[in-house]
Amino acid sequence: MPDRAAKPALQPAETAAKAAGVSIWEIFLEFLIIGATSFGGVVPYLHGSLVTKRQWIDDKEFVEMLSISQSLPGLNATNMAVLVGEKLRGVMGSIAGIIGICLPGGLLMFAVGIFYHQHGEHGWITAALKGVAAAAVGLILSTVVSLSKKSLSHNFDFVFMAATVIAVNRLHLGVPRTLIAVGVLAILFHHPRKGQKGSVEP
Amino acid sequence: MNELPALIRVFAYLSILTVGGGMAAFPEMKVLTVDVHQWLTFPQLIHLYSVGQMAPGPNMMMIVSIGQWAGGILGAIAVLAAFFGPTAVLAFMVAKAWKKLEKWPWRTSIQRGLAPVSIGLLLAGCFSMAKGAVTGTETAAIAVAVLLILMQYKVNPALLVLASAGIGILTFTPK
Repeated sequence: MPDRAAKPALQPAETAAKAAGVSIWEIFLEFLIIGATSFGGVVPYLHGSLVTKRQWIDDKEFVEMLSISQSLPGLNATNMAVLVGEKLRGVMGSIAGIIGICLPGGLLMFAVGIFYHQHGEHGWITAALKGVAAAAVGLILSTVVSLSKKSLSHNFDFVFMAATVIAVNRLHLGVPRTLIAVGVLAILFHHPRKGQKGSVEP
Repeated sequence: MNELPALIRVFAYLSILTVGGGMAAFPEMKVLTVDVHQWLTFPQLIHLYSVGQMAPGPNMMMIVSIGQWAGGILGAIAVLAAFFGPTAVLAFMVAKAWKKLEKWPWRTSIQRGLAPVSIGLLLAGCFSMAKGAVTGTETAAIAVAVLLILMQYKVNPALLVLASAGIGILTFTPK
């Protein structure tokens, strides 16, 4: 889905020039548009808007910010809004970005929540939701598959993945303890080796 | 009954669990919102989460609905601030430090090590949701069909979710 491979690389100087005079209002508006239109996953929309259309950041920055977003707790969408906002206009830029990207979906789900609370018991709504929930499971599984293809670098990674699932679903260790136990083991397993470069593709 | 402090506490805690995506927090969210605080039932949580996949923007905006049910409009705002505030502050602080660490060899180790764990958390969240969402042959068929279509073709997932709603109406509506 992400379309970042096909774009010509921008010169850092060009992006710097485009990013220099951005106002808080422009940041808010751009993220509001992304927040209102990004059906089915935010990342390609972020790229299309921030790199291709506005040229506020270049491809390299985008990939780097995305890899930071993925390593930190928090959703990719909101972490990206914070990082890009910060780069453009500091604290106020971050706040404008995160409010912008959350507002449309938040208002929509506010209304959906009220509607569902009042009418959720109708037979056909329950029936539709049963289909939707099953589709969501398939959707998450497809994310698992594509992430595994993209970001697992070693066969042993599947052991860490399985250990995480068992710790959470079978042993009921809870996410924090699982993160610390399996996470530390996995990081130690991938300890720096000689001759290895400092940066890596996300 | 004032649920605001509990809402803030629960969603601020859940926010720091969302390593690699919102789904990572799902098992804990189920325990806290359904079993402990009883703001909603497990089927309702699954429904809200799934409907939320059709909404644009960050894919956990369904938390707004939980906040609204438990605490009205203030509850919705409190949940949003609690869920996105802590991680936003963390991202803000780490952004600069992380760039400086570009040459630090452990940075790569952390990214490589966290990748399988965050995918595992996603999968764990998926399994705990599947327990409530995949309850028979028909729902299993929908889940597998969506998975296969997404692996094979470039389709907008929101459209598939919408189509599954239609299939759901045709298949599951009581006669």
